[in-house]
Amino acid sequence: MSGTAERPGSDSLAVASRQPDAEPWHGPTIRYDLVKEFLVAVVAMAVVAVALSAILSSPDARPLTIRQWAQADPSDFVATAVTELNGTSPTATYGPPYNQWASGEGQKLGPLGIERWAGVHVPVDTSVDFVLAPLGVAAQSDPALAAALRQYASATAGRQQAWATAYGNGLAHAGFGDGGVTLPPGRYGPVAPMMTGLLDMARTGSLDADLLASPQFYGTDYTKPLLFLADGSFMANQAQAQHLTGTQWGMMNETGNYPGQAWLWLYTMWYQVKPFTTTGNADALVWATMMLLTLGLLLVPFIPGVRSIPRLVPVYRLIWRDHYRRLAAASAGTVVPPAAQQPQRA
Amino acid sequence: MSDITDTTVRPAPDPLADGTPAPGDERMWTARLRGAAVRALPPGKLLPDRQPSYVASWVYVFGVLTLGAFTVICLSGVVLILKGPSWWHESSVGLFFNSIHLWSVELFFFFMVLHLWGKFFMASWRGNRALTWMTGVIAFLTSVGTAFTGYLSQQNFDSQWIGTQAKDGLNSVGVGSFFNVLNFGQMLLWHVLLLPLGVAVLVGLHLLLVRRRGVVRPLPAPGRARHRGVGLQVSSAAPVAEEPAPDGADR
Repeated sequence: MSGTAERPGSDSLAVASRQPDAEPWHGPTIRYDLVKEFLVAVVAMAVVAVALSAILSSPDARPLTIRQWAQADPSDFVATAVTELNGTSPTATYGPPYNQWASGEGQKLGPLGIERWAGVHVPVDTSVDFVLAPLGVAAQSDPALAAALRQYASATAGRQQAWATAYGNGLAHAGFGDGGVTLPPGRYGPVAPMMTGLLDMARTGSLDADLLASPQFYGTDYTKPLLFLADGSFMANQAQAQHLTGTQWGMMNETGNYPGQAWLWLYTMWYQVKPFTTTGNADALVWATMMLLTLGLLLVPFIPGVRSIPRLVPVYRLIWRDHYRRLAAASAGTVVPPAAQQPQRA
Repeated sequence: MSDITDTTVRPAPDPLADGTPAPGDERMWTARLRGAAVRALPPGKLLPDRQPSYVASWVYVFGVLTLGAFTVICLSGVVLILKGPSWWHESSVGLFFNSIHLWSVELFFFFMVLHLWGKFFMASWRGNRALTWMTGVIAFLTSVGTAFTGYLSQQNFDSQWIGTQAKDGLNSVGVGSFFNVLNFGQMLLWHVLLLPLGVAVLVGLHLLLVRRRGVVRPLPAPGRARHRGVGLQVSSAAPVAEEPAPDGADR
């Protein structure tokens, strides 16, 4: 960068320093090569980024799949699948934007239920989307599964619930092998062969493909398989092992020993402290808090008291220490050469 | 828009000299826009080669280092775009470029936050510079969104976990209905086009405002008599002019 050769202005340093801030500066100036400084900054940042990349690389933990889940933890998979079928899973009872409220009223800001205002824009019917529709595809080549689906479809809602509830209770004593699920005797109806069929699909990987199935050939929306994965314990256990859960400063982190999104520290911090840790409205309250703080940051120039903090905290004295030294010298009638006092930069 | 009946031969004006249109052209929209732009930011103000003597502190480096990191982010991002979203998972060269992208983002935020805190403690909104501060804050927020969608577009476990956790916060205030963090295609497009474009526009506006208003003056010198209750005033043998309020003349 260029040197800091000083050129006197029409005013002395002392006089120029007393002019209103909105007025053009008429005091002494220094050479300042903006273009050169920018290019040097680009090169410096590129060198540092390349060096960090060569030494530390970047994390890339393989994504989880339904197949991986079903093979590693079939019990959790089937237990989750039956709650998707009978509409009791977290996604089935989520509410907007996935489905209408099945119970409760969702999160609120005071009396305002903002969560509900936008309505259902990403419709998900867990029973159909996660279980019945994929099984319908497999049933085209499996007569027994087709018969089970027909029996389930022709039953009353109460009977369907009773089968699913019995199946869910029976899972506590179930065994899992290559042949499927071994349950103690019970009145599971067609739910037992349906769950076995779904587990088989998941283990072969075909459920991953079916959950991504789009009306068009191409698809980029992973909402359904991700919601299904998130309803089970398998994904959360993996995240726990990687120190990624909400009580571990959550999504601010990333896998491995990498800094992650450190700039989200304030947002993540609220999830670690009361009252946010003890309320069912934590997400809405954290968002409202962050919106208020963000508005405050944006409007700092207009907030009395806050905008006066800089003059109370003497950081500015450090920032402009050379200027103040030269100003004092100028007032005393001595001259301090700027280049001798300043860093060698433009 | 042009007057084809005007065949008068006149010397060609040099509109770049001062932005003043030739006689008769004053009402043209293009001429008026050029004139306003040149008046607001004449070349010497847009790209000055000298700065006030007080602009000699390392704190001024943080802004340009943020810009430098942003440039590296864009360049490495363009390479990743050229090869497609799966490339960096399958190729060591791709992983290296992804790493450059990641670390330049970390550097970008590191220096941007230093720049923000530096400007806060300099009360840089003084002297009719509030809009400069506000565009900087909005650029910071847009950058957070850009980085966030980048993490969602990685197609790995981090994306899966961050998406499934972040959806609850966004859904709680109704945003998730229109901004689905589990939709890879939507997040990728936001990440590679809309949000970076927003950051670039905001940073450009921020820089133009910095150039238009100039670099903020130092706060009144410490160690001398208080003046008007808002700062410290240099005392000298010369008559002391009325000091502008450091936190009052900011609109």
